[in-house]
Amino acid sequence: MTHELTRRDAIAALSAVGASLAGCVAPSTDSDDQADDEADSTLSDHDHETLTAAAEVLYPDDVTEIEPFVERYTTGQTVDRPEHARGIADAVTYLDEYCRAWYDADFAALSAADRDEALRRMDADDADPNPDGSDVERLRYYVINDLLLALYASPTGGELVGIENPPGHPGGLASYQRGPEP
Amino acid sequence: MSDNPTPGDRADRTPSEGEDVCVIGAGPAGALIAHRLSATGHDVVILEAGPRFDPARRIEQMEDALRPAHSRPDIWDMGGPRDAFTSSGDRHYPLNFTRVKGVGGSTLHWQGMVMRLHERDFAVESRDGVAVDWPIGYEELRPYYAEAERALGVAGASDNPFEPPREHSHPMPAFEPSHSDSIVAEACEALGITTHSVPNARNSEPYDDRSACVGYGTCQPVCPSGAKYDATSHVEKAEAAGARVIDRVPVQRLEHDATAERVTAAVYATPDGETYRQEAREFVLAAGGVETPRLLLLSESPQYPDGLANSSGLVGRYFHEHLFAGTSGVIDRETRQHHVGFNTTESHQFYDDPAAGTDQGIPAADADADGLGAIKLEFRNYAGPSPVQAALTDGEWGDELRERVADRYGNHLTVGALIEQTPRRENRVALDPSTTDDHGNPVPKIHWELDDRTRRTLRRANAIQEAILAELDAEITWQIGPENAGPAFHHMGTTRMGTDPEASVVDERLRTHDLTNLWLAGSSVFPTGGAMNPTLTIAALSLRAADHIAEAL
Repeated sequence: MTHELTRRDAIAALSAVGASLAGCVAPSTDSDDQADDEADSTLSDHDHETLTAAAEVLYPDDVTEIEPFVERYTTGQTVDRPEHARGIADAVTYLDEYCRAWYDADFAALSAADRDEALRRMDADDADPNPDGSDVERLRYYVINDLLLALYASPTGGELVGIENPPGHPGGLASYQRGPEP
Repeated sequence: MSDNPTPGDRADRTPSEGEDVCVIGAGPAGALIAHRLSATGHDVVILEAGPRFDPARRIEQMEDALRPAHSRPDIWDMGGPRDAFTSSGDRHYPLNFTRVKGVGGSTLHWQGMVMRLHERDFAVESRDGVAVDWPIGYEELRPYYAEAERALGVAGASDNPFEPPREHSHPMPAFEPSHSDSIVAEACEALGITTHSVPNARNSEPYDDRSACVGYGTCQPVCPSGAKYDATSHVEKAEAAGARVIDRVPVQRLEHDATAERVTAAVYATPDGETYRQEAREFVLAAGGVETPRLLLLSESPQYPDGLANSSGLVGRYFHEHLFAGTSGVIDRETRQHHVGFNTTESHQFYDDPAAGTDQGIPAADADADGLGAIKLEFRNYAGPSPVQAALTDGEWGDELRERVADRYGNHLTVGALIEQTPRRENRVALDPSTTDDHGNPVPKIHWELDDRTRRTLRRANAIQEAILAELDAEITWQIGPENAGPAFHHMGTTRMGTDPEASVVDERLRTHDLTNLWLAGSSVFPTGGAMNPTLTIAALSLRAADHIAEAL
């Protein structure tokens, strides 16, 4: 079974983190018209490609439609937050420098197996997420945990682990009352 | 942060002329008093040490709260030189996890549980021979409880057979019980424990121009939807009624006149280094259970060498908290936790009579009447790891991460409890002259220890919790009890209320015994605290005090 990330997931994740909904304090759980996905991203195309390449490794294999999800999510997340956008862009720069040194190519150009290996080689799996920390710690914060938060605070990501209204998602007041599906 | 002024903040922070009332602290106590007095035509100025937070940042704050990189005090900019403190006693007191400085005060990060104290809470000395009685009883506070429930907006049901008499139903219907409530209800029923709804200061339907809860699940420390009450609501109402709010102006000391009977001015510091004096006819100090006594102690004078309003020597004394006791386990069923961040079922069965057992399996405790304090049982809707936080802290990714998070999430249950702590003179908020804050003032020193009665009550709560989980064949995963219990973040007792000026700091109206125009509002005036979350009582007392202040104007 595949789990397709939809526009609604990206918007839901944006409501967990997103500048595009800032000030909109009570988004309807059913409406997905509020996010501004026409907004200009402050990230480069290469940044987006790199984040998508990272998400392909970080997300479970049967999650699909990753690229539009990541594009929409990161655009919304950075549009009003230049400091956060800089953090992401700097982390991408570091990731590419590391991969060029070890693999002679940018991160996004590597095979999925090499991307996974590169992240583990630099100890990104064990690194503390810290926006003010070392290069790897900032990568963990701005790239890995950003993308994991986007997925696991969305309905589709939540359902992967058994919760259709995960913390950070305004999924209403019905699901907590429901028992498990038979 | 306080030491990092907002760029472009050029707010006028000079004092106002001709104010009737100066309120220090923009939390729920100060906000409710300011609103009530300004709405009846009085001129009110509020001085707040912290900032006015931008509501547009709430979603970003929620993101930070979900991310392991940010600790709890970071979310509302607590910490640093402004908020320095020291802790003594046999357990560390994590002060900056427990409070928020800013417009709205600690309601910005609170859980939002709002119960009335029980009648027994006003008479623990008469009943059990410990601590002291309040100078007022439940009946005197009862109409103000009803007003407070309307002011905050409380969702509740009249299904609690243990609560004191009430005249009205709650302003909003209670939140429906959760799936996991139905699981614990089975066990409780088998054991003869009655469960009931939780009154929440959280909108179950639109109320007071705020939305209904939409289920973000992050109530503590951030509600992005505004469904959870916070005191910015009454600060804004006060401003609409003409009150003025000056933020980021920590009050340094209070000055009094030559007779030492009246406060004349609150001396406050601004972010750009200026110091001003705000004069008023009446002064309300509502800065929380730590900063309220601290400011009095900092305001020593020749007439009050031990601190302002401290002829009793009790300012800062009898600091008490509620303890959190909890037992958690996993069961062989899906419990569906973390869909919401608030609780929907609790039990007050062991509140008035914590030693009583049931015929169906809870043994009576072997304790005298004075041997146990009140216990309020809570059944959590957010037991075990949150899947989002589990995902961000695990270290794995891909399919492996998904499997690990799915394994960790799904079948946890936690039975929590608030425990009454016996107020003791030794527990106190004092000044620590060896350490100073960003304005050179001695920081608060918190001395906090547990007595045997409180430890026994923690053990009793754990035993009840274990019985409930055993009924569900749970495998216990952790327990918080006498050896490791922490505070529930409720600062009480440090300027206690009473009729005897030698044994209390404020009278039953909340006016200090020493100074005729100085009023103290907040949980610092509680002589005892029961085991109920204190904010509804703070609100009721504040509304009552506002009526007395109005009489004085």
